[in-house]
Amino acid sequence: MGGRAGQSRGAGWGRREVTGPRRFLSRCAGSVLWHFRPGSCLTSPAAAALRPPARRTTTPTMPCEGTRLRFPPCPTARTPFPLVPCAGMPGRRHLPRVGARMTLAAGCCQAESGPRCGGLRQRRPRRPAGEPSRPSPLPRAWAPLEAPVGVWAPLAFVTLLSFASRFYRLSEPPHVCWDETHFGKMGSYYINRTFFFDVHPPLGKMLIGLAGYLSGYNGTFPFQKPGDRYEHHNYIGMRGFCAFLGSCLVPFAYLTVLEMSKSLYAALLAASILIFDTGCITLSQYILLDPILMFFLMGAVLSMVKCNSCADRPFSASWWFWLSLTGINLAGAIGVKFVGLFVVLLVGLNTVYDLWELLGDLSLSLVTLGKHLLARVFCLILLPLALYTAQFAVHFAVLNKSGPGDGFFSSAFQSRLIGNNLHNVSVPEHLAYGSVITMKNLRMAGGYLHSHWHLYPEGVGARQQQVTAYLHKDLNNLWVIKKHDSNTADHLDPSYSVEFVRHGDVIRLEHKETSRNLHSHQHEAPMTRKHFQVTGYGINGTGDANDFWRIEVVGRKAGKRIKVLRSQIRLTHLATGCILGSSGKTLPKWGWEQVEVTCTPYVKETPNALWNVEDHINPKLPNISLDVLKPSFPEILLESHMVMIRGNSGLKPKENEVTSKPWHWPINYQGLRFSGVNETDYRVYLLGNPVVWWLNLVTIGLYLLMATCAIVAMKRGVQLTAEFKGITWDTLLKFCAGRLSCSMGRRVYTYGTLALMLLIVYSFYLFHPLSYGMVGPMASDPNSPMAGLRWLESWEF
Amino acid sequence: MLGFLKQPVVVTAEINVNLVALTVMGLVNRLWALSYPRAVVFDEVYYGQFVSLYMKRIFFVDDSGPPFGHMLLAFGGYLGGFDGNFLWNRIGAEYNMNVPIWSLRLLPALTGALCVPLAYQILVELHFSHCAAFGAALLILFENSLITQSRLMLLESVLIFFILLAILSYLKFYNLQKCSPFTAGWWFWLLLTGVACSCAVGVKYMGLFTYMLLLAIAGVHSWHLIGDQTLSNVSVLCHLLARGLALVVVPVAMYLFFFYVHLTLLYRSGPHDQIMTSAFQASLEGGLARITHGQPLEVAYGSQITLRNVLGKPMPCWLHSHKSTYPIRYENGRGSSHQQQVTCYPFKDVNNWWIVKDPGMQQLVVSNPPRPVRHGHIVQLVHGITTRYLNTHDVAAPLSPHSQEISCYIDYNISMPAQNLWRVEIVNRELDTDVWKTILFEVRFVHVNTSAVLKLSGASLPEWGYRQLEIIGEKLSKGYHQSMLWNVEEHRYGKSQEQKEREVELHSPTQADISKNLSFMARFTELQWKILTLKNEDTEHKYSSSPLDWITMDTNIAYWFHPISGAQIHLIGNVLTWASANVATLVYVCLFLWYLLRRRRKICDIPEDAWRLWVSAGGLCVGGWAVNYLPFFMMEKTLFLYHYLPALTFQILLIPVVLQHLTDHLCRSQLPKNAFSALMVAWFSSIYLVYRTFSPLTYGEPTLSAAELRALRWKDSWDILIRKH
Repeated sequence: MGGRAGQSRGAGWGRREVTGPRRFLSRCAGSVLWHFRPGSCLTSPAAAALRPPARRTTTPTMPCEGTRLRFPPCPTARTPFPLVPCAGMPGRRHLPRVGARMTLAAGCCQAESGPRCGGLRQRRPRRPAGEPSRPSPLPRAWAPLEAPVGVWAPLAFVTLLSFASRFYRLSEPPHVCWDETHFGKMGSYYINRTFFFDVHPPLGKMLIGLAGYLSGYNGTFPFQKPGDRYEHHNYIGMRGFCAFLGSCLVPFAYLTVLEMSKSLYAALLAASILIFDTGCITLSQYILLDPILMFFLMGAVLSMVKCNSCADRPFSASWWFWLSLTGINLAGAIGVKFVGLFVVLLVGLNTVYDLWELLGDLSLSLVTLGKHLLARVFCLILLPLALYTAQFAVHFAVLNKSGPGDGFFSSAFQSRLIGNNLHNVSVPEHLAYGSVITMKNLRMAGGYLHSHWHLYPEGVGARQQQVTAYLHKDLNNLWVIKKHDSNTADHLDPSYSVEFVRHGDVIRLEHKETSRNLHSHQHEAPMTRKHFQVTGYGINGTGDANDFWRIEVVGRKAGKRIKVLRSQIRLTHLATGCILGSSGKTLPKWGWEQVEVTCTPYVKETPNALWNVEDHINPKLPNISLDVLKPSFPEILLESHMVMIRGNSGLKPKENEVTSKPWHWPINYQGLRFSGVNETDYRVYLLGNPVVWWLNLVTIGLYLLMATCAIVAMKRGVQLTAEFKGITWDTLLKFCAGRLSCSMGRRVYTYGTLALMLLIVYSFYLFHPLSYGMVGPMASDPNSPMAGLRWLESWEF
Repeated sequence: MLGFLKQPVVVTAEINVNLVALTVMGLVNRLWALSYPRAVVFDEVYYGQFVSLYMKRIFFVDDSGPPFGHMLLAFGGYLGGFDGNFLWNRIGAEYNMNVPIWSLRLLPALTGALCVPLAYQILVELHFSHCAAFGAALLILFENSLITQSRLMLLESVLIFFILLAILSYLKFYNLQKCSPFTAGWWFWLLLTGVACSCAVGVKYMGLFTYMLLLAIAGVHSWHLIGDQTLSNVSVLCHLLARGLALVVVPVAMYLFFFYVHLTLLYRSGPHDQIMTSAFQASLEGGLARITHGQPLEVAYGSQITLRNVLGKPMPCWLHSHKSTYPIRYENGRGSSHQQQVTCYPFKDVNNWWIVKDPGMQQLVVSNPPRPVRHGHIVQLVHGITTRYLNTHDVAAPLSPHSQEISCYIDYNISMPAQNLWRVEIVNRELDTDVWKTILFEVRFVHVNTSAVLKLSGASLPEWGYRQLEIIGEKLSKGYHQSMLWNVEEHRYGKSQEQKEREVELHSPTQADISKNLSFMARFTELQWKILTLKNEDTEHKYSSSPLDWITMDTNIAYWFHPISGAQIHLIGNVLTWASANVATLVYVCLFLWYLLRRRRKICDIPEDAWRLWVSAGGLCVGGWAVNYLPFFMMEKTLFLYHYLPALTFQILLIPVVLQHLTDHLCRSQLPKNAFSALMVAWFSSIYLVYRTFSPLTYGEPTLSAAELRALRWKDSWDILIRKH
């Protein structure tokens, strides 16, 4: 291991002094160490120590600024030192001029040539004279191989391959696979404009819906369960859209690696690994969120890398382009799934590092720094936020009909939805005795006050009827409001005049279906042990003094009437002084996994303890149309996020359920049945190409090892001689090649890369039935064509 | 030869009076009236039961942490001659005369007192002035919450002591590093760091955070060492190896040693046996060992066995069957096979006995010589009392409709043949033998016809199944799960061919011979795993709080209340100290960022030395605060204010650091300096005043009147118990 990395970095540092804004990536964008920023940051003293000679020697290399030299020529085997002065390098002749398009891929890597040249130049003066035994630096065997090959032809080739592999047998199987049942259904919801609730943000499903809409799918297929046949419904559009985005991963990966390593072989290797991974293929072929998410993730990384390469020309058009594209991709990534936040973290760290470097550059004025900061704030924070908000605006605008997700949201939210009973609501305005009402908890995603015939089980407080909060609309949510001291029938008797409920009144709430009173006492609540239990008590409305509650409206004076929907109501238990609230905790099985309702002795002004009256039925009162609710956009945005977060935290595996653990994933421990179980079925099994995945693991290990060795050696002051360019395998092969003569080295490098690629292609040939479908005996049967391939017992294909 | 006589023998003793004074003050402050109140205070009720179990040498599992802390408390009890006979059931219960409460509380109080001089030393080692160091020690001395916590039989003060000790010894070691590496003192402090770290982790897992912080600091220092070109490669390697030995190997070894002592001390079976595997239980004296003592080792055809599920969740249980059948229709309308129920039953019962039968032979007794069952053999399992065969078929299980029902087969003469062949698969079989052995070996039963696996689903059956646990045949076995594994617990060779005799035999206790010994590592691994995975039911406590409440001390904990006099002990901190600590943290972070950004622009506000001091002291104090505080936001367990105390200690150490920095670098002229000093004196006096004001709630005496108590309720959210008259 050795390398010019140390020296070229030194040169880079030196050079930066001269040319002004120069950034880390421009210095070692291609180096493996790019992945290892903290380490390279730590090595800066060593690099700084090299600064004086570097500054001296690099100044004359300015002429090479514009050469766009990317691949130094291979010296003849006779020359032990391939280091020709930069100006004399025949770089221009080797430059692959492919026209204007070139600027995108290679145009913004001008900076690359600078430090490299510096590195080439300065080596000679720095080498101590008394050290002739040091092995000669690398013969640049691979360079001529790379130089003449264009960048765009391979790109087109891998893109074509990628599309071919993803679109091959796209329509098979013609039935619902795995989570298509969810995401396809949600796409249909968008087409039908019915409101639904999901734990992920809407962008991915909206795009699926759009793709379906454009391709002529009418949203009528019910997507009930995996295995349902599509029949005449047009599902290819949605699958094709996902496959299209999935195919884009390959060119993205190709360009990213090319940008970072400047090595064509490395980029090709990366692309082929992705093309021939059965896991990626399978995941891209169905109506899922994952291909969309991966598209945005890789897009964000690519544009970040591109933007880093443009760092020497800040505020240029391409710089702005890539920076804002990064922001757009970030918005897309979070908009599909919240796991997209991790790529935000990556980009954020990169930006912080970036700004830190700029801050340390004393040649920049504070005003320029401010501009840099503002540009990033605008492109990476404000722009994504705006887009993210915009997609919610579209989401709310599209879904304007009542649907299965209503109950998760507050009364105000529901009033927006056409078909909901709160839409264009027309109810008696003031609460009166004898009214039948539903009460909704005011906490985000709070439920309706609910009771049912079931009792609390033995050992959980008193064995009386359960009172819970329930998210869905149900007859058991209805309560009758009564005076605490008078009889049941009075209020419905038409001869009695209507009496309104007023702030501060003492009332009794009778459950309509079971005729039990809302009751509390000093038994501890089932989940929140500090609170008191709330039960349904009494027969036909006859209970005891523990059924009395004082009704109060927040911020209202005594004696005022109570308004439906608008008044925030607090119910205080008369005997114990506690307040009726919903703790938000889910009850166990005996409580049907509904939400716990308690009476809290701690008087705090939280939405948990506040309720509003939603439905209100009283035949004796005139109905008035209330146009009161109409929440503002920020309110519904906030609310839908709270509901999503609650939904996410509610997803937990059940006891004794076999789930896959995170450590299973990288080792390809087990796959997932997408379709088909039995021998006669058309079976698709999501499993990564084991060769690729295990190669990945090995590579990570190798990389860590190489990086550790390199930084420790540099910290110890060793001058590394090998070239740190390309991705791990590329570097390793070059390193091996570097130990041999020029022609041997070239052969080792070429055949090594080829062998890796062939290995990957062959493994894909072996495992491709996993993605493209298998029929016939299971792999455990020796007659199956996949018989020998069940390398782990946990694989079930 | 007698040259030494020519010179007088001179002993020059250097005594730091500050340090001595602080230690004495700390001891007085923490040890004063230690055995008051003579009643169980708060979590003493929890730790006390473990002390009693140690005294009686009874095995227990405590999921709250490793055993070293409990052992220390038990050591106090041992010194005081405690016999372990006290019923720890209620906070506020009076102690009997046999409970040596003074010696039980002595150790936490001593460690709490020693934290005061430790704080002083740490600041001195960080190169701060003695004045600042003295201030830090005083702040610790007058911190009410730390006093309360150390005067009771609780573990936080022990934890804080070990944390501070680890920090101090690392600092000592680091300061020696520059001038005299590899000397005795250097080794002493390095090793002490490792030992103190392992003790901290051994007391409570929270200590892990500080350990990680120290490892990180040591890592950064080692990285500088690697970059030091004046050292040879060999000496760098020696340095690294020494650190690896002292900071990684020694703590791990110590940690194992704690468990070794723990398992050696506790050799009797006790209340927590059920959680452990049969093999572990058999290694304890009494309990299962008494039952299994001398039973035959190898399961043979004709063996009578009980089968215990290895997972033991939601509770440990045995494969069970009884006369009742599955209801023809379930509540939800699905049908069943109406055959005899098979369940998992959490109690020992004669209905847990099964007989292993060879499908090819009729007899239910063990032949002579016994024919052992091996891995891969196909057997039938016959229920001992009802002589029905364990069976499964393509009928949905009662609560898990995706799996098969397991039943004991009754021939109703309908077209539903018996499918009662099971293949025995020993999962953890030894290389040299594939014979099925009791207790140690975990077995899967795979149904021959449908390849379903016998599994505990974890759900409890409704009323018709007597709330016992459901057993299912898992058809699509996704990998291995412990709920599919079974081990033989009780075992004997059946002798009676007749059903009547066999029933008598099944009711009689087992006997025979052979005993089992698990290796220490096996027992340690199991116990450690159980400690980490055991989840007590998440019972919310009246005084539990969320981490956000801690910074501002919005909450307190009532520890003890005298029912007659109304005297009470609370965990309430010194409000002024808490507030100052927060301000200091804020000032530190702001100043740090300011300096950092300005230095990047090559503007140095303070000299290089001062900056380095500022960074190292802040890294330690703010870092210590952060690592001991922030992780709590991610924890789901019930949290209390006392969890914040280690973090608070670090935060308090930061106050003098910031103050000295402000006087040294921001007060340029003499006048502000004098004003600052005056301010300091006033501030310290008010801290002392606050300490005095709250000391009745800290020490539990004197008893305050209702009006006085009401006056002490400085925050509305505090729960101070005021009796209504």
